[in-house]
Amino acid sequence: MRLPLLLIGLFVALAPAGAEEIASGSSFLSPEMRRQQDDPNRNPAWFWVDQGKELFAQKPATGQACLGCHADPATSLRGAAVRYPQVDGASGKLLNLEGRIEQCRVERQQQPAFGYESAELLSLTTYLASLSRGQPMSVRTDGPAQAYYEAGKAFYERRQGQLNLSCKQCHDGLVGQKLRGDTISYGAGTGYPAYRLEWNSVGSLHRRLRACSLGVRASQFDYGSPEYLALELYLAGRAKGLPGETPAMRR
Amino acid sequence: MPTSRRRERFASRAGTIVLALLATQAGALESYRVVADTITAPLGGKIGNVARGAALVRDRERGNCLICHHGDDPAEPFQGSIGPPLRGVGARLDTGQIRLRLVDMSRLNPETVMPPYFRIENMRDVAPAYRGQPALSAQEIEDVVSYLASLKAQ
Ligand code: HEC
Ligand code: HEC
Repeated sequence: MRLPLLLIGLFVALAPAGAEEIASGSSFLSPEMRRQQDDPNRNPAWFWVDQGKELFAQKPATGQACLGCHADPATSLRGAAVRYPQVDGASGKLLNLEGRIEQCRVERQQQPAFGYESAELLSLTTYLASLSRGQPMSVRTDGPAQAYYEAGKAFYERRQGQLNLSCKQCHDGLVGQKLRGDTISYGAGTGYPAYRLEWNSVGSLHRRLRACSLGVRASQFDYGSPEYLALELYLAGRAKGLPGETPAMRR
Repeated sequence: MPTSRRRERFASRAGTIVLALLATQAGALESYRVVADTITAPLGGKIGNVARGAALVRDRERGNCLICHHGDDPAEPFQGSIGPPLRGVGARLDTGQIRLRLVDMSRLNPETVMPPYFRIENMRDVAPAYRGQPALSAQEIEDVVSYLASLKAQ
């Protein structure tokens, strides 16, 4: 009994993290949309980046501005976003970038949380993620993160909803196929927060996940829920090595 | 154990079983019998309507089949490329074969991507609005079956 288990464990440990190569959502855009995304003057998401940069420097009613603790963010926070989600040392909880920003806001600035999908949290997240553009995704999926990663993987692989489909069936099995007007990508999510034409706005990765859940008529989990956080970690782990692309544009 | 107590117990247990049966029947779908790769008899004895079936296949809220399949109308914008094209399906498959593939394709292919349109068991995390109901009713299945069976031209 023991030996086979041990062997399986070894195989899992030795298998390369990204056994198959995946590409980012940008490689599935139409050439015209790709050009628009890559032109800061035509990609509306840069407006959120600018707003976030302003907020970052703004002193709240109490406490310091983000900039007070994080001087020279273009250097000091470059590469920070691509290491999220990560397990928070103090609480042992999995935090994504949004969660870390809210934590700084509440605990260090002593201000009420902005709330998921608020204009403020979206612009700060988009701004911070934009500082890691081109940096390779490099979340940790071992140690304290491993249980979360495994939970996200199980979620990704199980059929769900009235249409009884898993994330994996679409985003591994049907990549490049047409689902109505959409071309199915690997579901890497490396451009989020992204500007989606359908939203006419920038939205978080969890908003995109809620859309996929709805698409298969499955329960939508809350923004920042443990289910989507674990899923986000799995997606980020699966996308290891791909460059951060926030702020991206999507259909 | 005295017989009377045993009988009491049995009676209460039988009560639970009857209740459980009632509960499953209230939410149960019309039953059907699979023969080879077909369901030969119409679900619930319903009679399908070709025009209603054509509308269901296109309807983005109900059948929404064109999200994955190319339909019979080349003018329809944005059709899917995931399942086999529906053109000529009535010549490839007979009515009973089409019915089973709509009801629960996973009986033929456990790995299938084609959703089960008439199944409520073994489904997980179904959104509250859809819970306990099949994606299409027996009547709707029969409508879609009639329409697909009419697509004979290749
Ligand atoms: C029926 C097919 C289908 C299923 C099932 C599905 N998705 Fe998607 N997903 C799409 C389509 C279509 C898009 C938009 C085009 C694209 O980028 O792939 C999308 C987009 C995404 C994106 C954005 C990709 C990017 O980088 O821009 C992510 C992330 C994602 N899905 C994750 C998931 C997860 C996680 C699940 C399961 C909870 C899931 N999807 C289930 C079809 C599906
Ligand atoms: C999420 C994608 C998806 C949706 C939605 C979908 N299908 Fe399918 N369908 C498939 C796939 C994939 C197959 C191939 C099944 C297999 O071989 O396992 C298939 C197979 C079929 C077949 C058998 C075709 C043949 O030539 O063997 C029929 C008939 C069919 N679908 C009709 C429908 C109808 C009608 C609807 C809507 C009520 C529908 N499908 C919705 C993906 C889909």
